[in-house]
Amino acid sequence: MLIFHEEKNEEKPMRKNIIKHALLGLVLIGASSMTLADYSADQIAKGKALYLNKKAGNCIACHMIPDADAKLPGNQGPPLLAMKARFPDPKVLRMQIWDPTVKNPTTIMPPFGKHWILSEDDIDAIVAYLYQY
Amino acid sequence: MKIIKSLLAGASLALVASITQAATSGNTLASVDPEADRLALQSFFQKRFPQVPVDDYVNGIYALDAGSREQWEEIEEFPPYEFDVEEGEVLFNTPFANGKSYADCFANEGVGIRQNFPRWDESQGKVVTLESAINQCREANGEKKLGWKKGKIAQISAYMAYTSRDNVFDVQIPNDGAKAAYLDGKQSFYTRRGQLNMSCANCHVAGSNVLIRADLPGPALGHVTHFPVFRSKWGNLGTLHRRYAGCQSNVRGVSQKAQGEKLSNLEFFQTYMSNGLVVNGPGARK
Ligand code: HEC
Ligand code: HEC
Repeated sequence: MLIFHEEKNEEKPMRKNIIKHALLGLVLIGASSMTLADYSADQIAKGKALYLNKKAGNCIACHMIPDADAKLPGNQGPPLLAMKARFPDPKVLRMQIWDPTVKNPTTIMPPFGKHWILSEDDIDAIVAYLYQY
Repeated sequence: MKIIKSLLAGASLALVASITQAATSGNTLASVDPEADRLALQSFFQKRFPQVPVDDYVNGIYALDAGSREQWEEIEEFPPYEFDVEEGEVLFNTPFANGKSYADCFANEGVGIRQNFPRWDESQGKVVTLESAINQCREANGEKKLGWKKGKIAQISAYMAYTSRDNVFDVQIPNDGAKAAYLDGKQSFYTRRGQLNMSCANCHVAGSNVLIRADLPGPALGHVTHFPVFRSKWGNLGTLHRRYAGCQSNVRGVSQKAQGEKLSNLEFFQTYMSNGLVVNGPGARK
């Protein structure tokens, strides 16, 4: 229902989004000083489950990741390798999952945050998992 | 298809217009040019897969993916739809209670005419697909409508396609009413839908022959030529609108009504894109 609300009404949700993104920004200023060790094993495991689950992230439908459990990946998207080196700033990685259409309006990748496909905690957990590779 | 059965299917009617990608003519009645669109789609695929002859696109994903083609050719040696074609022929030739039959409703007694559907019907002011013409024929003769997605209607449609094999698709856009229907179908094809925010074009133009988990979306060119289709996953024969519903729920969207105006216009657009290719229905798919 929330999704419906956001897409139907152009004016208000815009503002709501700006506020949300501002809040997100604040949270992330905190996050960017995190080190990888700050991700708990639980969070990483949760991120992995979301990555693989067909009804959740289903990232594996489009991305390979060098995790032995991630079998038969699709290749619509690039392989998720060397994430720490390529995405030193977790804010950038999080934004790619939150709403990939910001960076590329014609991307096939779904806007997981913006469309309420995954919660904010879910996305943080996936970020934690991706940083293991 | 592996990607995602809908968790929140009901919740997501998010339509985010994003009409890009290989849509070369315009998006208004004044600027849209169906023939330019058709040629642009052909040339997109010819550039992308230069080794594949245009005529081969009637074979869907098997035109592009050599790996699964061999398997499919073996399946076609003992076609799983054979029984349905025979059954369809019986149904087609069985008179209605009033003594008339399907042959009385169609040009050329219903034989070899698949290539002219869907067609713009000026008196009804809408697109009429082959399946809707079959049900209109039944109703005009005092019979009940058949269900739209599988069973008898698919069998009759399969038989009618079978008698039309190798005839060249020739969908006509005779006037502005038809053009508006085409435009609506075109918009449906390029508009993102559902919680996953994907358009048909995402998977069947840009993403065709690229793995989405273990599935390979086929090319939009030639998409509709072989319908109805026997899908191993269904274990039986189904109509094009059944397939449309599947793709729409895969993006966690609400599926549109089979044979409603929206999907009929989508079929009109998609079939126009395949003008010049031959009828090869019914088909077999994974
Ligand atoms: C339907 C296909 C699809 C799905 C599902 C998908 N992605 Fe993507 N992703 C892509 C594509 C295509 C790109 C390439 C960039 C673009 O299109 O803008 C991409 C890019 C990315 C990138 C940037 C990679 C780089 O090297 O720049 C990251 C990170 C990413 N995706 C993570 C994810 C995560 C995490 C998920 C699941 C929560 C996910 N993706 C689900 C298709 C997908
Ligand atoms: C997330 C990816 C995706 C989206 C979005 C999608 N499809 Fe599909 N579609 C597939 C896959 C995978 C198949 C099965 C492989 C094949 O036969 O092409 C398929 C099959 C089909 C087929 C049958 C092809 C055949 O040869 O039998 C048609 C027709 C079709 N899709 C039309 C559409 C239309 C129209 C839309 C938009 C309303 C759409 N699809 C959206 C992935 C998608």
